[in-house]
Amino acid sequence: MKSAQLLPSENLVFLLREIYDKYGYSRYKMNKFEEYDLYAKNKDFLISEGVITFTDTNGKLMALKPDVTLSIVKNTKDSGNAVQKLYYNENVYRVSKGTHSFKEITQVGLEAIGDIDEYTIFEVISLAVKSLVSTGENCILEISHLGLLSDVINYVGVPKDEIRKVFHFIGEKNIHELIAFCDSLGIEKSKTDLLANTAKIYGTANDILPWIREKLAGIADENNINIFETVIKALSSEENGGIIRIDFSAVDDIRYYNGFVFKGFSEGIPQSVLSGGQYDALMKNMKRKSGAVGFAVYLDSFENISAVSDYDVDVLLLYSENSDISVIKKEADKIIADGKSVLLQREKADGIKYRTLLEERDGEVICVENNA
Amino acid sequence: MKTMLNVALPKGRLGEKVYSMFEKAGYPCPSIKENNRKLIFENEEAGVRYFWVKPSDVAIYVERGAADIGVAGKDILLEYEPDIYELLDLKIGKCRMAVAAKKDFRDNMGRTLKVATKFSNIAGNYYRSKGRDIDIIHLNGSIEIAPILGLSDVIVDIVETGTTLKENDLTVFDTVVPISARLISNKASYKFKSSEIDRLTQKIAEQTEEQK
Repeated sequence: MKSAQLLPSENLVFLLREIYDKYGYSRYKMNKFEEYDLYAKNKDFLISEGVITFTDTNGKLMALKPDVTLSIVKNTKDSGNAVQKLYYNENVYRVSKGTHSFKEITQVGLEAIGDIDEYTIFEVISLAVKSLVSTGENCILEISHLGLLSDVINYVGVPKDEIRKVFHFIGEKNIHELIAFCDSLGIEKSKTDLLANTAKIYGTANDILPWIREKLAGIADENNINIFETVIKALSSEENGGIIRIDFSAVDDIRYYNGFVFKGFSEGIPQSVLSGGQYDALMKNMKRKSGAVGFAVYLDSFENISAVSDYDVDVLLLYSENSDISVIKKEADKIIADGKSVLLQREKADGIKYRTLLEERDGEVICVENNA
Repeated sequence: MKTMLNVALPKGRLGEKVYSMFEKAGYPCPSIKENNRKLIFENEEAGVRYFWVKPSDVAIYVERGAADIGVAGKDILLEYEPDIYELLDLKIGKCRMAVAAKKDFRDNMGRTLKVATKFSNIAGNYYRSKGRDIDIIHLNGSIEIAPILGLSDVIVDIVETGTTLKENDLTVFDTVVPISARLISNKASYKFKSSEIDRLTQKIAEQTEEQK
């Protein structure tokens, strides 16, 4: 499954679907449109502001999907102890931050919805690892736990209405402002140091887990420490466990996410290419009893990565009005059978780049130019 | 092969000061001191490549991964909110974002406040936190003349020494936020070059501590 080079996004879709199929996740195909109301109610869950809307024939305000998770949550039912395992491959429509214009983004992702246990969390993050290593040779999955982080923030005594600010500093690894902010709140130095050191964390399971066990015991909920340790150890002992890093700066909106959150990076791509986590809080907001965990892979990140060939075509074959159409077609098929691509034209188009230029003259094909 | 760190430096005096901090931290690149118009300088042995960019563009280079790290003013980070790590306050290039107005200005809470600024996002956030209704007039320069000509009631702008304000008969009414140069890093680069970036940050932090 591991590839030496980044694969074009189309191939990646097939690779990922194959992985998810093997683990029994079923494909969830959905409509391109959704009632706008769903996004209006959960506006902060969306990564970008702005939704393309239109009025349906019955007068309902509809939207082109900016997100898939909300629709899946809305359309699945609570199902006792069973976990519904689904994956999707959909286009979403979001405002691109740089250009302030709408962009169509292809997303592949999976969701596990139901009574989420340790195994399910492990399986989903392990599939995130598998997805990530399919995207390129050198990648990293950073994992954080919002439950653990919230425990530390509560212990430190950050007032409730300032917690979002603290999360913001942690997300930026902005330790100097985090410390200054805690000082301004009158938090004692030892507690500020503990929070700053937690925010600074970046390393492998071996580097970090003992620190968490030592420093956070008695501060964070024992259950949170245990589940974090169990899952991280299980992930690290797997085939591609070397890509796991613990990093508490991987934070997401605590109004929707809780427990594990994670982000994937592939070398050469300047932003995260995979993002996911447990979103029980969103489920609760949507009046659901189940828990949920999932992730999405942003395929648009790979668009500019696939190797661009120096040539438009391997062989350009020029023919004339007098050429025998069977002869030139046979010649083309021969070139294709050789594993090359061929373009047949009567005239050479401006700027076209080819390895070999062939020309059909009086029933014979001759080589005019060879750049290979 | 040694990992190369790509560093975006802000053109100008601040950038030169920043470069000397990087040089002291073990990332020298002597060719940068040659007096020419080149914008990219490399020292393969030290594992560093510097490029001079417009100060307000540093965050873009870093966010989009063209540079692994860079130095940008806090004003730019607050205005554009790039998705980056802010690793260190370099404690140089210090100034403040302030609200200024004509000396005789009296705030009338009963009407919308007209605010002229280059920093619409910062001004918007500041007045939103105060629950104040404002009308933002986005200008690209010579902000100081806006209150004089009656274009705005106040301005939100960077104040260093206050000389420009004084010469235009304006005075500072409030400080929005203190500003200084910050060391920033691309999030993905940090994952793959964390040991180099951490080592550099540590070395530079030692210098800023000495400056205290």
